[in-house]
Amino acid sequence: MKLPACVHVYLLRHVQVALNSLGRLYRAPMASLMTTAVIGIALALPSGLYILTGNLQRLSTQWDGGTSLSLFLNHGISLDQAEALAKKLRQWPEIEQLTLITPQQALNEFRELSGFGDTLDVLDENPLPAVLAIKPVSSIANASSAAALLQRLRELPEVELAQLDLQWVKRFNAIVDIVQRSIWLLASLLGLAVLLITGNTIRLEIQNRREEIEITKLIGATTAFIRRPFLYSGLWYGLAGAFLAALLVELAFLQLNGPVRQLAGLYESSFRLQMLSPAEALGLMLAGAILGLVGAWLAVSRHLAAIEPG
Amino acid sequence: MIRFDNVSKRYPEGRDALQAVSFHLPAGAMAFLTGHSGAGKSTLLKLIALLERSTRGQLFLDGENLSRTRSRKVPFVRRKIGMIFQNYRLLFDRTVFDNVALPLVIAGHRHQDIGRRVRAALDKVGLLDKERALPITLSGGEQQRVGIARAVVNKPPLLLADEPTGNLDPELSRDIMHLFEEFNRVGVTVLIASHDLELISRLGYPQLQLHQGRLLNPEVLEMA
Repeated sequence: MKLPACVHVYLLRHVQVALNSLGRLYRAPMASLMTTAVIGIALALPSGLYILTGNLQRLSTQWDGGTSLSLFLNHGISLDQAEALAKKLRQWPEIEQLTLITPQQALNEFRELSGFGDTLDVLDENPLPAVLAIKPVSSIANASSAAALLQRLRELPEVELAQLDLQWVKRFNAIVDIVQRSIWLLASLLGLAVLLITGNTIRLEIQNRREEIEITKLIGATTAFIRRPFLYSGLWYGLAGAFLAALLVELAFLQLNGPVRQLAGLYESSFRLQMLSPAEALGLMLAGAILGLVGAWLAVSRHLAAIEPG
Repeated sequence: MIRFDNVSKRYPEGRDALQAVSFHLPAGAMAFLTGHSGAGKSTLLKLIALLERSTRGQLFLDGENLSRTRSRKVPFVRRKIGMIFQNYRLLFDRTVFDNVALPLVIAGHRHQDIGRRVRAALDKVGLLDKERALPITLSGGEQQRVGIARAVVNKPPLLLADEPTGNLDPELSRDIMHLFEEFNRVGVTVLIASHDLELISRLGYPQLQLHQGRLLNPEVLEMA
């Protein structure tokens, strides 16, 4: 497809101005780097936290699927009685799976994992009760029906304590929610900071190029023409800042990945930190570009009109 | 080309820079604007280039009523005018070529077009060999010729010059004036503000005389 000549010239001009603005940043590397670094850090902070909470949420959904109930049985209950109860409960339609953990099994597991083996030897008898670990059918995963099941189980005479393990997952999710909301607040504030930083940088650039602006106005440049290089500068600052932010976040997560893997290993989980996805990286770039552009726009619309050739 | 109809300009601080000025400079004419400093020469030129707006009266450029031009349209009025300044007003961080190319870039000309036209303009002012030079390396006379090349490169119908020889010695001044004559010969309307009376009286073009904001002899253009 061949573009009409005027469109072609227009696009070519845009490319030229864009490259020109980029060249200008390149020729003043220290100043450009400072601005880019500030923008990068301002963007890296909320994006890093955002990715982190995303990981926390992923972690909690892993647990969510494993919603389970624990029935701690009375001490007086014999193993036979416990097995009879287990058999009875397996008939309930709400229960998908039931495992009996005998006091001996519980003790062995505890001994193995806690490292208090020697201390346990001091005890005369096994203090641990028998436990029925129940996995309800998935249709009961919602809170109210799970609570109803819990109530029914509590009323069984053999049961000392029935505990819904979903509770703390919910609390955890609520906390993540709050953290996430705070991150959005933080992101808004830091986004505003990016606007101000680019705005101020562009304002200085406008002042430095005052003579040039006056001359181009004198020989018939439109406002759009004069505005263009400054808007591209803002765009480049935003993009470079976002790129730096992505780099910082990746580096930070690379640093964290080892310890996290170790911790996950201790919990026998195969959990891995998820880094910036391509879509998220793209979103970050877009956000940086838009913030830079808008910051430049604000500066340009405030300060360009004030410069009139006399 | 230029028509003033009872034009007055009062600056916000209350100074009357021009009072009821009327004249008509026909297309293709060349004239000088004389008077002491402060007589209103610069103000008159600024009104034509819409760097200032008149307080009263009407002025026309190429048939367009400039008193009614919206600010959005001002750049397009200025593209019809080649402006030349006493202090040249060049961009010192760009080459001679880029300086002269600026009006064409602003007007959105094609790349090949720009190279051709810039070289033609530089050729006319005799600076073809300096296109890669930076303005700061040139003499005052050469810098002014770069300014003139920039003013004529997009072939405007009107040239306005504000004390173009104010910073130049007599010989260079004569060269510059001859350049203006050459452009006038090919049909460009030229209006030059100058107080170099000795030089301009030798050239023999009509002189509009301003005195304290009043035009003393508007009829001089009719006789020419």
